[in-house]
Parts: sequence; C-alpha cells; structure tokens
Amino acid sequence: MRIPDSILQIDRRIIFLLIGAAVCIPLLLKPRFQDSPTPIVQSIFDTVERLPAGSRVFLSFDYGPDTAPELDPMAKALVRHTMTRDLEVSFFTLFPEGVGQIKKITDNLLPVEFPDKAYGRDYVNLGYKAGLGGAINTMVVNFRTLVNADAEGTPLDDLPITADVDEMVDYVIILSLTAGDPGLKEWIQFAGDIAGIPVMGGGTAVVAPELYPYYPQQLVGLMGGLKGASEYESALVDRYPAYRNATMEATMRMGPQVVTHVLIVLLVLLGNLAYFLGRAGRGNRAGRKGLAGRTGRGGQS
Amino acid sequence: MRRRIPLIITFIIGVVLITGYFVTRGPFNTLYESFSDYFAIITVFAFILGGGSLLKIHLKRVSSRAADWPYSVVTLVAFLVTLVIGLFKVGNPGGMGGEILASGSWLRFMFDGVYNPLSATMFSLLAFFVASASYRAFRARTKEATILLSAAMVILLGRTPVGAWLTAWMPESLAFLELPNLANWIMAWPNTAGQRAIMIGIALGVIATSLRIILGIERNYLGRGE
Repeated sequence: MRIPDSILQIDRRIIFLLIGAAVCIPLLLKPRFQDSPTPIVQSIFDTVERLPAGSRVFLSFDYGPDTAPELDPMAKALVRHTMTRDLEVSFFTLFPEGVGQIKKITDNLLPVEFPDKAYGRDYVNLGYKAGLGGAINTMVVNFRTLVNADAEGTPLDDLPITADVDEMVDYVIILSLTAGDPGLKEWIQFAGDIAGIPVMGGGTAVVAPELYPYYPQQLVGLMGGLKGASEYESALVDRYPAYRNATMEATMRMGPQVVTHVLIVLLVLLGNLAYFLGRAGRGNRAGRKGLAGRTGRGGQS
Repeated sequence: MRRRIPLIITFIIGVVLITGYFVTRGPFNTLYESFSDYFAIITVFAFILGGGSLLKIHLKRVSSRAADWPYSVVTLVAFLVTLVIGLFKVGNPGGMGGEILASGSWLRFMFDGVYNPLSATMFSLLAFFVASASYRAFRARTKEATILLSAAMVILLGRTPVGAWLTAWMPESLAFLELPNLANWIMAWPNTAGQRAIMIGIALGVIATSLRIILGIERNYLGRGE
C-alpha cells in the first residue's frame, strides 16, 4: 500500500483516540484562553446592564441535558448577571427536560452564590408548558390562561414577583437558550414580533447560524455555542471583577474546543493532502501506461 | 360525510385564525383567543397519543419477535417505570403535592443519574463521528466543495482564540483578513443570505400548503379511508 492510501485508510479508532486525547488533556491541564465579546454578544450584555433594578426578565431554558455543556454556561452567566443587577427573573421552559435544567440553577447556583435572593420575590420557576410555538402564542394572547401558577402549583397571585404579571408584555425582555425547535426563533416569531418584547439569548453552535438572519432587527443579540458563552463570561468578568475567581465553565471548556477544532482542521488538511498526492500518483502512472501503450513498450516502471 | 366534516372544521378554523390575526377587534379576535386556549389544552393530549403509539409499536415488535426486539423491551420498561414514578411521584418528599422534580425524589434521581449522563453521552459521541467523517469525506474535489471546505476551516479556526493568534501579525489595513473577522463576516453575510433564502422559501411553501389544507385541496392528513 502506498503512503497516501495508507493515510487515507487510517483506522477510525485512531481518530477517535486522538479526539479523546484532544478533549481530555486540555480538561486536565486547564489552559485559559482570553476572549473578548463580539458586538452580537456585547449587545445582550449591554441590554441587561441598562435595565433598572427590579425589571422583570423572562428566561426560557429551551434545552435538555444533551446540549447542556454548551448552554448551561450561558444560563449561569445570564443568571449571575441578572441577579447581580437585581432583576426579577422568571424561569420557564418549552422542553420537558428543561425542568431539570432550571432545577440545576435554582437548587445549586442561586442558594450558593446568591443566598440573599428569595424564591417568589427575586426569582420564580414557572416550569414547563406543552404546545411548542403554540404555547408562546397562547401566552402572548392570554398569559394567565396558560401560566396561572408556578412549577410547584403556587398561584401567581400568591407570589410577589408574579402578582402583577398579567400579560407577556409585563416582561421587559425575553431571554431564551435554544437547542432547536421550539426556541429563540419561535420566541421571535410569536412574542418578539407580535408583542414587541425585545428577544435575545443563546443557541448551540449548530442552531446559531439559523438565527443570524434575525439579528439585529428582531433579535437583540445572540450567543453562539460555547464561544458565545465564553465571550459573555469575559464581559461579565470585565464589568464585575468579583467573578474573576468564580468557575467560568465556558472559558474552561474552550480549551478542549480549541484543541479539537485545530485537530479536525489538521485531519481534514491531511486527508486532502493524501487525496491529492494519491490522485497525482495515479495520474502519473496512467500517463506512463498510456505512453508505453502508444510506443508499443511494456508498462513496467 | 366522514371526510366532509373534518374538511368543514378545518376550513372554518383556518379562516377564523387567519382573519383573527389581522382583525384585532370583535368576534374574530375573541375566537382567535379562544382557539389559542384550545390549542394549549389539545396539545397536552398529544402526550397521551404519543405514549399510546409508543406502547403499541413496541408491544407489537416484542410479540412478533421482530429484529432487535430486546431493545423494545428496554424501551417499554424504561417508559413504564418513568411514567409510574413520575405520575405517582414515588419517593417524592412532598408526596403527591410535591414538586415533580423535587430534590430527593426518585424522578430527580433518574433525571440526574440516568437521563442526564445518557443524553450527554449520546450527543458527545457526535464529536468523534464528525471528526472521522470530516477526515474521510471532506475533500476539495470540486469548486463548490473547495469553497465549502475553505469556509469551514475559517469558521473552525476563527471561532477559537487560535484563529486570532494565527493572524495577529497582520497589519491594521488587512485586519479584515484576520480569521475571527473573516469568520464573523461569513456568519453575518453569506450565511445570513443563504439562511434567509431558505427561510423565505420554506415560509412560502408553508403558506401554499396551509392554503391547500384550508381549502380542502390537500387531504392527505385525513388518511386513506373513504
């Protein structure tokens, strides 16, 4: 077997091992990559930053555990930012699995980092509602029809944070963390465009390209994948240095992502190099065979 | 008659919803609001339909010993166990009145200990297969493939700090050629243009299909039975 062919036919288990190493080694060595926010991410940060304390924010966790490594860091950064700014946050989800993602924030992050914040006063969990994009439409048309209690069944009127919430427009912004449908696109189409509420948020790296057409007219800002989350974290640390020592998950996970991206680029380049070398070799042999045929000599070379 | 009544219902509801969207007063608006509420109620029943359908398909596979039927047994057991634990809030510290995913409940344990890692594992396998597939199939064979390959390389590197580091030496006048800027440009312009074209095409298709359904031209949703 010639060298280009042998390169092209590398056992895929070797590639799997390389990818495994590219993920695990940076996780162990924890290299830090400094990021700076791009305008599309900075726009979200600035909007949250400008809101006066006590403003009502709607944060929808439209994802499940499969995309949590990309979207959880965004959720944590947004919760840290909104809580630091003393905003009132209503958690919600259009994904059945999103309930568990909200619980991770309300059970683990908030009591530890913001012990002075109280459930029902500073934040509330409105839970999951079925109906995909239709649920958003129902909430815009008649909010209390669909959402009349929190996830534990406490009526909205009994919670100080939601007692005055009668319509979707009582929220000043909608933030959605999106893994697919329903997600930011539906929030834009059914709530942002119709009710005039500014919509922004984040999506996985796969979803983000589909959301660019809405920016900046219908979508205030977008965090795309882990990179977007890392940019938001850097904006947060720059503005609030107290977070410098906090665990910034996206910044930490950028290490494996950087090494994996570089490895994939190298593998693709290597594959193409082997392909073209092999093709050139085959072309040369075919040329020599053709020449030998025309001159009546054997094709040995 | 079995086909005519659903067609009439579809026509009336379709016309009311379209009109209610544009006419924000009077009976159309009231009907629009009512139908939105009905929608929220009806979608909940989709879960029952989905659960019933899942049971039917997998029970059939198990009873007929179809290929890979043991996987159907696993599906059925997982479905029924989760359903019972969730419905009856087994192990929930708050009892039947407790929060569905309360700390210490069995459902919370299943979510955190089983569903969460399994789901993350399945998704993370993608990285391995994407790398292997890119290596084997991503070739600059044609002009179009070369453009796609170049854009992918720019995005892959430009979306990491390595991209900035690799092209940091460029003079200010050529800053637009730095990988992060090129990646942002690809996302903001060619990507947006392509996505918009696809979205507008899909939207026109949805409008055309919706009109065909409302007017009764498209009847496939009614099934084959006469």
